[in-house]
Amino acid sequence: MKKRVYSNPVGVSRYTGLLLILPFIAGFLLFTLYPFVCSFAVGMTEYDNIRPARFVGLGNYRTMLRDDNFRKALTVTLKYAAILVPMKLAVSLMTALLLNAEIRGIGIYRTALYIPSILGANLAVVIMWNYLFTSGGLVNQVLSLAGASPVGWYGDPDKALFVVILLRLWEFGSTMIIFLAALRDIPCELYDAARVDGCGSIRAFFAITLPQLRGVIFVNLVLQSIAALQEFNAPYMLTGGGPLKSTYTVGMLIYDEMFRYDMNAGYANAVSWVLFVLISAVVGIMFAVTRGRRRDEK
Amino acid sequence: MTRKLPLYVILTLMAAVTLYPMLWLIGASFKSNSEIFSSAWFMPKSFDLSVYRSAWRTVTPYTMGHYFANTFMIILPKTFLAVLSSVLVAYGFARFDFPLKRLFFAMLMAGMFMPAIVTVMSLYLLWSKLELLDTYVPLIAPAAFAGEGMFVFILIQFFRRVPRELDEAARIDGCGTLRTLVYVLLPCIRPAVASVAVFTFLWTMNDFLQPLIMIQSVEKYPLSLALRLSVDSTGQGYEQCKIIAMSVIGLIPSVTVFALAQKQFVSGITAGGITG
Repeated sequence: MKKRVYSNPVGVSRYTGLLLILPFIAGFLLFTLYPFVCSFAVGMTEYDNIRPARFVGLGNYRTMLRDDNFRKALTVTLKYAAILVPMKLAVSLMTALLLNAEIRGIGIYRTALYIPSILGANLAVVIMWNYLFTSGGLVNQVLSLAGASPVGWYGDPDKALFVVILLRLWEFGSTMIIFLAALRDIPCELYDAARVDGCGSIRAFFAITLPQLRGVIFVNLVLQSIAALQEFNAPYMLTGGGPLKSTYTVGMLIYDEMFRYDMNAGYANAVSWVLFVLISAVVGIMFAVTRGRRRDEK
Repeated sequence: MTRKLPLYVILTLMAAVTLYPMLWLIGASFKSNSEIFSSAWFMPKSFDLSVYRSAWRTVTPYTMGHYFANTFMIILPKTFLAVLSSVLVAYGFARFDFPLKRLFFAMLMAGMFMPAIVTVMSLYLLWSKLELLDTYVPLIAPAAFAGEGMFVFILIQFFRRVPRELDEAARIDGCGTLRTLVYVLLPCIRPAVASVAVFTFLWTMNDFLQPLIMIQSVEKYPLSLALRLSVDSTGQGYEQCKIIAMSVIGLIPSVTVFALAQKQFVSGITAGGITG
């Protein structure tokens, strides 16, 4: 066997780097791997953190199949993510394209459009958002100025989900700034060459910009999907999951089973594992599709 | 100019649509219930700052000052520890070769994609066994172990942009591993370090699920939980302006930090090569 050579500066041991990342290794074992494995184990039991755990095998997973709440929550979560994620990516990308222009005062616009994403997850903003959509809130007043009749946003299942989606859409700044950074990294020569060849700006977008952005589109897609599929805060604060459980996400179901009623740790952990498998599957499909594409091009 | 004008119009409209709700709500904090729910215009008829005085007292047994103090008792150590541990770990990954490096890097990536909702319950059970629930330890401790993979990742990208010749020169001049980091590399990656600090601050201000689960006594509530408690304990018809005013006060630290750090911060992300 060939002995591996470590390319370190002279006088540096191959354990120096290991020593530096030691906090990460310890943290990973303690705060990621351990709870991950533990969650699977607890999911196989009936456990309330007081009495000893009772092994039930796949019993919790069988319960899930019959649980209407779970089925409903899963549908809501998938619908929520399927609507929110593409919309958010489209809005962020379009805004980033506009903000990439070199015009005077562009910095102010960049900051202005970025701010909601900084504050958006703050509970204070979620509370404020609630006021915008109450029966006499800003949105209904604007509607009545436009001659439309006020809408009961929280009374109608579809509209309530829309309010939650709109809050998250409003926070498009974090994905937008990643797109903007990537746009600024695209070499100008590409566009210059395209223009010389008589390529219009719309064709340049599809022939140069989109392919160059493929990496960040993927990163944004994955990160946003992971976040959307475990959504908890926004529906918890805005709608409490209602009306008729139309905004009741899997994240809320897990929270309720674990912390709200008598602690049902076994079931809650089993559900969280199903959510984990679902998220992994979605991310895995995204990986497979992009990799497949790349191979086609070669 | 003629070509730029439509762009200005579109951008101004977008900024107006995104920011007007915030403006309306700040205005609403000065309005009576009937005025809030009858006017789309943000300007209140009169400014009466007394609402902010009563909002400061909150509808809970403690003032907002108390909850701010609680929040900072979490944020300050957390930010310090997050910066320290993330810089050390990123330095290790960016500048040194060591056994199993690829495996550890894969672990870093995996951690970034791990949904928090899967791990949070087991951590709750763990902290409850250690009898550390209802303390700030569960909220702060992960930061000491480079708990946020994204930070390490951003810092690595920055370290890579610093030429290795600088390290070598420092070594020849007799700097050890840590002194090279502190005196030579850190000054080069200051924007990234600032980003890590600012992000930790803002995310901790925003954090809701973790304190909701780990902290039980109102006395120890951070701001986000105190706000929720106030919403829950005030019914319809109550002076809504007070809740809105509390929310406005609650946003001041985040807005201030963002305004102060904006320049370094935005350059930190845009240059940060999350794109890499």
